[in-house]
Amino acid sequence: MAASGAAVLGAPAVLAQAPARVVVVGGGFAGASCARALAGQGFAVALVEANARYVACPFSNGVIAGLREMEAQTFGYAGVEKAGVIHVPRGAVAVDPQAKRVRLDDGAELGYERLVLAPGIDLNFDAIAGYDRAAAELMPHAWKAGAQTVLLRRQLEAMEDGGLVVISAPANPFRCPPGPYERASLIAHYLKTRKPRSKLLILDAKDAFSKQRLFEAAWTALYPGLIEWVSLSFGGKVTEVDPATHTLVTEFGSHKADVANVIPPQRAGAVAQAAGVADASGWCPIDPVSFESRLQSGVHVIGDAAIGGAMPKSAFTANGQAKVCAAAVTELLAGRQPQTPKLINTCYSLVAPDYGISIAGVYRPKDGLLAEVDGAGGTSPLNAPAEVRALEAAYAEAWFGTITHQVFA
Amino acid sequence: MRPAHAALLVAAMAATPAMAAPVAPPGALSCGGCHAPAPEGAIPSLAGRNAGEIVADMQAFRSGARPATVMDRIAKGFSDEETRAIADWLVTTGAGEPAKP
Repeated sequence: MAASGAAVLGAPAVLAQAPARVVVVGGGFAGASCARALAGQGFAVALVEANARYVACPFSNGVIAGLREMEAQTFGYAGVEKAGVIHVPRGAVAVDPQAKRVRLDDGAELGYERLVLAPGIDLNFDAIAGYDRAAAELMPHAWKAGAQTVLLRRQLEAMEDGGLVVISAPANPFRCPPGPYERASLIAHYLKTRKPRSKLLILDAKDAFSKQRLFEAAWTALYPGLIEWVSLSFGGKVTEVDPATHTLVTEFGSHKADVANVIPPQRAGAVAQAAGVADASGWCPIDPVSFESRLQSGVHVIGDAAIGGAMPKSAFTANGQAKVCAAAVTELLAGRQPQTPKLINTCYSLVAPDYGISIAGVYRPKDGLLAEVDGAGGTSPLNAPAEVRALEAAYAEAWFGTITHQVFA
Repeated sequence: MRPAHAALLVAAMAATPAMAAPVAPPGALSCGGCHAPAPEGAIPSLAGRNAGEIVADMQAFRSGARPATVMDRIAKGFSDEETRAIADWLVTTGAGEPAKP
């Protein structure tokens, strides 16, 4: 009691006398992009991010399949700092929207005029019985790139030819809707090349998925008989796991895997809950013009944590929302109304190293959400020559180079 | 002793805000997601393109006159007027060149 009382009453390092005009929490594609855009407008911007290096999720499926190395996924914050952003290497643990203060994990507090939260996702370790943090060390999720990515790769490398790989995919919404199926494709490419007697099973908690017809056509053409997809209706939803035996249990039966990749349900990163900007769904409702929270004024939420309406949770979306949010914050700080934006998303997936497919969309605010502009967007054509697939694979790589350069270099 | 970042923030606050960039028209902030300011990789840069060219290309993508992998799907989400505003902004911010008189 005495200790906690002292912590509350004692004066933490308070930075009240010189608040950053904008504090951004989270140094991923959303947060780092937004911080840079705001610094470019001349504002004092603090970026609160505990990690010294960022590991990008896009293309991390290539690492799992042995096609890339982690170095190609890893970025520091030197470029962000050079752009004028103050990188505060701490975690944010609490927000007081009334007092306009963020509390850091060292007890220090940052004042702000506007706060942007870009906390990404937290994995929900309460959703699947038996799947907790310890289980993830045996059955990796690899849905936050880093050590988990490497773990899944090592498990695949150690697997005998003839083994069974099982991917458990969550219900919507979740980070990177085509991601589990790109992962299945690239793991299938690895198996076909190195361990051709092996099989891959996708147990899915839904009945349809992003770019489904394109993926399924490619699987038939490139990996016949290798990948099996089990939908929700056919018993695909994983309800329980036993990490010790690598067993996944569905409502219809159980599957014993040699390598199990469990991608659990997700929610907005913890600081969103702490700030009171997440609703009962676990995600954050926002105004689609300014990205300001519907629940707390002066706090904006961008990227995967936000309820983006029709916009998928992707790095491209995060980057675009970040720039629109920065423009809105600029207007709001100047006492003007932000203009109504339009946003774009383009998501590439690799089905094989030289076989890319994409989905695109154009979005605008409608009925309080971000809605698709009718007549625009859609997926790559179902029947396209190999040159088009190769071109899209090259564009995917070029996009990753451009966006990571823009955000981190 | 305050953490080092406290001093940095104080220093940053002393900086005078730079001249604000012109407000981007709807959609313009997304172009840079793929198109780098300097030519690199497989995706063409918009640098050095004049506004009229960008508008004409977007019309051709929209109509299908110019084949594309993804720009046809994106161009259909923008009117000529919107595209013109985006092209003018790209030119003003240095991503393209002004239209020749």
